[in-house]
Amino acid sequence: MPSITKPLIPLSPLPKNELGLTIRDYEGQMSTLCAGCGHDSVTAAIVHAFWELSTPPHMIAKLSGIGCSSKTPTYFVRGAHGFNSAHGRMVPIATGAIAANRELTYIGISGDGDSLSIGLGHLMHGIRRNVKMVYIIENNGVYGLTKGQMSASADIGSRPKKGTANVLAPIDPVSTALGLGATFIARSFSGDKEQLVPILKAAIAHNGFALIDVISPCVTFNDHEGSTKSYKFMRDHEVKEVETDFVPIRAEIRAKIPADDATEVTMHDGSVVRFRSVPAGYDPHDRMKVEEYIRDRESRGEIVTGLLYVDESAKELHEMNATPTHALAKVAYTALCPGAAELASMQNDFR
Amino acid sequence: MEPTNDQDPNYYHKVVDCQWACPAHTNVPGYIRMIAQGRFDDAYMLNRESNVFPGILGRTCDRPCEPACRRDRVDGQPVAICRLKRVASDLKGDISERLPVIPTEKNGKRIACIGSGPSALTVANDLLPLGYEVVMFEQFAKPGGLMRTNIPEFRLPDHVLEDETQVILDMGVEVRYNTPITSLRSLLGEGFDAIFVGVGAPRGKELDIPGRHDEADSHIFIGIDWLESVAFGHVTSIGSRVLIIGVGNTAMDCCRSSRRLGGTDIKVMARRPREYFKASPWELEDAEEEGVEIIVNHAPKRFVIEDGKLVGMEFEVLEWDPGARQSTVLNSVIIPCDDVILAIGQENAFPWIERDLGMEFGDWDMPVVDEATMQSTLSGVFFGGDAAWGPKNIIWAVAHGHQAAISIHNLCSDVDLNERPPQGMNLVSQKMGMSEWSYHNDYNPSPRQKMSHVELTKRFESLDLEVELGFSLEQTVHEVQRCLNCDVETAFNAPACIECDACIDICPVQCLTITSNGDEADLRARLSAPATNLDQDLYVSAPLPQTGRVMVKDENVCVHCGLCAERCPTAAWDMDLFDLQIPYAASANFIRIGAMSPSGANRGN
Repeated sequence: MPSITKPLIPLSPLPKNELGLTIRDYEGQMSTLCAGCGHDSVTAAIVHAFWELSTPPHMIAKLSGIGCSSKTPTYFVRGAHGFNSAHGRMVPIATGAIAANRELTYIGISGDGDSLSIGLGHLMHGIRRNVKMVYIIENNGVYGLTKGQMSASADIGSRPKKGTANVLAPIDPVSTALGLGATFIARSFSGDKEQLVPILKAAIAHNGFALIDVISPCVTFNDHEGSTKSYKFMRDHEVKEVETDFVPIRAEIRAKIPADDATEVTMHDGSVVRFRSVPAGYDPHDRMKVEEYIRDRESRGEIVTGLLYVDESAKELHEMNATPTHALAKVAYTALCPGAAELASMQNDFR
Repeated sequence: MEPTNDQDPNYYHKVVDCQWACPAHTNVPGYIRMIAQGRFDDAYMLNRESNVFPGILGRTCDRPCEPACRRDRVDGQPVAICRLKRVASDLKGDISERLPVIPTEKNGKRIACIGSGPSALTVANDLLPLGYEVVMFEQFAKPGGLMRTNIPEFRLPDHVLEDETQVILDMGVEVRYNTPITSLRSLLGEGFDAIFVGVGAPRGKELDIPGRHDEADSHIFIGIDWLESVAFGHVTSIGSRVLIIGVGNTAMDCCRSSRRLGGTDIKVMARRPREYFKASPWELEDAEEEGVEIIVNHAPKRFVIEDGKLVGMEFEVLEWDPGARQSTVLNSVIIPCDDVILAIGQENAFPWIERDLGMEFGDWDMPVVDEATMQSTLSGVFFGGDAAWGPKNIIWAVAHGHQAAISIHNLCSDVDLNERPPQGMNLVSQKMGMSEWSYHNDYNPSPRQKMSHVELTKRFESLDLEVELGFSLEQTVHEVQRCLNCDVETAFNAPACIECDACIDICPVQCLTITSNGDEADLRARLSAPATNLDQDLYVSAPLPQTGRVMVKDENVCVHCGLCAERCPTAAWDMDLFDLQIPYAASANFIRIGAMSPSGANRGN
């Protein structure tokens, strides 16, 4: 924990976004994580993404479960709503909140323990329901808060700081999500904001459950020689063949940026995600091919990063359930609570 | 860019903007921290090491440090460095035991100083501890040079001047008062081992326009001569309507002195618009507060004499083009007055130096003086202060004095004058534990403290009533915390960096970037925040171990809060105290035998 709060320095021309806010307005409290934690870099990337998108802070809801990762919503967008739920239970809380108010931008921060061990069932159902939220797994392969046991995402052969190498097969969130039919799947690295920030923006624009697996090294318990989730290992094994640009809808209208030979995906709100430097034949819409490509790379010991799969045609939770178009708070009371007669007739349908 | 060589003392010295801008390179952040800790004696002595006259300079310095201060670039108001210097001086106790010990056995070398102003006193201060005998020739009955004759007592009280000059004289200077030197030849004949000329720039510039030398010229004064007469009590009154011609600091002293000697309607007449004034802004403010009127765009045309009496002055009213290079005359006006003081500059005059001694004179009949050694072309004759290159200020005179003393010591030890002892540095980590530093690293948002003045109603009662009251303890406590500790440096060790971005994310001024290397212009444009202040260096690290990119730091607005070092998991960043080792004559001997860091081969700038 730093000795001081990051001071507000009154340098005159701090750049402002469309809302007139500076990037400092999107920060939160001082991080209490270990110095050098990958999670803090993810936090900084989130700050950048929301600031650049000019998302009003009060229209953001941040959710989390338990773990080092789940502490981080405190460290960004201090003006946002938030819910720090029980271990692994962030998805049900988020689903409830989203059902009640679909107008906010939801961002959930989880870790490999919170998502792939105790909360795996909820994660799967979040994917299944295509709940419209950004879901970040800050993945470091280790249980940091309990002092360094190997987690469910630890690779076979990865060595903890003390003790023997891991022998259990890892649960890979990316292939798990592909298998479950997720509609937005990305993997990135906390040490690479140039990649992570556009992915975050695309995830925020996505119409459904946007999963981002961020390899986020634990400097204290998993950044040593023999770890497969260290800064060094990622830098040696990351393959960034799938590069992502995010072009917000407004910028596209203004600038008409030439598309080159990039693959483009138009998002629900009209913004564009542009895939550059993709390998020949890579189709971010083809679930089978993406899975094959990732497995092929994996077998060569490479970790593919980038926005790997996206499907903008799928319906999200509200569309599937034909729920009201506005937050329930804005629905007239008589419509929300139509009375005993309506209830009786509804119950009749189930008899 | 090539990796920055942070072992060169100049690199971090330049980061300490105030110290870099100070001609004497006073360790400003160092003494401000001492004041913050209540160590006023220590703060005074640290000042004295480089600038010799902390009490005098704490009131009268031109403050080149303040426009340079980083705080000015951060919140628009530099730290009140000069005022804090005065605090150290005002609150110090007895420092006599900490002054250099003067050897009773002399080294047999005799040095003559002509003048007893700041440069000559500095030469004496530096040479006496080495066993030199110093003889000082002073034309007046009291020491101090222009500090006494040109700076009025309401700005610099006599007891402050007395204290700080006497400390040096008490080291054993033989002062010959009322002894103007009239011939360098005869002085050369007296067998001194070296002669230091510190006579200032004693001749006020004339304004040769009609009426100047008519019968009324007893009401027209040359500014510096008039101030001198006031200082020695020869002038005790002036007419009620006074015009001051010129708008430099001498003009400010003249108008404010006039206000205390009977002047009630005082106008300072300037040829050019306000932004081109030579006077320090704070001196202009003080004068205006005292009711002095400053009139711009008026060029003197003639003195108006009626019946043998000065009744006014005629001015041409000018209009300037943008940039104030060309002017056109709009009309002319006569402004009535009783007295006129000319304060349009001063120049050097050496009528007492015979031109057949072999000393070369250059432009404007000025002796040719070596910028590094302060020696004229006549071996053994040195110049310093305003006598060297025309009017500058006290702090420059002190800086010259230090360099001249080194040269004189070299000369008397048969060492080449150009062999200057190098500057060195110490860099010491300030880490006291996890997220714990030996300095106060938090940014303090206090505004610059305002100096309180004696009430206007009381101010003109006497000439020697000091106007500035000095900072109160409460003001001092706020002001010291405004200092950004620019001497506590962010020192980077590239091999330890794992490129986790923690420092970049935490930096409150976005001055750090990890990126691919490039040339300077390219890098400056690609940083987290573009580095647009070209006066401020970029720090560029060696290639980082994992990706070969480089860490780049824009020094411009770093507030030295140490958060980069606190968030660094591998201690690649550390906060190191930079202590510039400035060589003086007294330290020259041991420096030559190799006690210094080998890197610092540069002389001060």
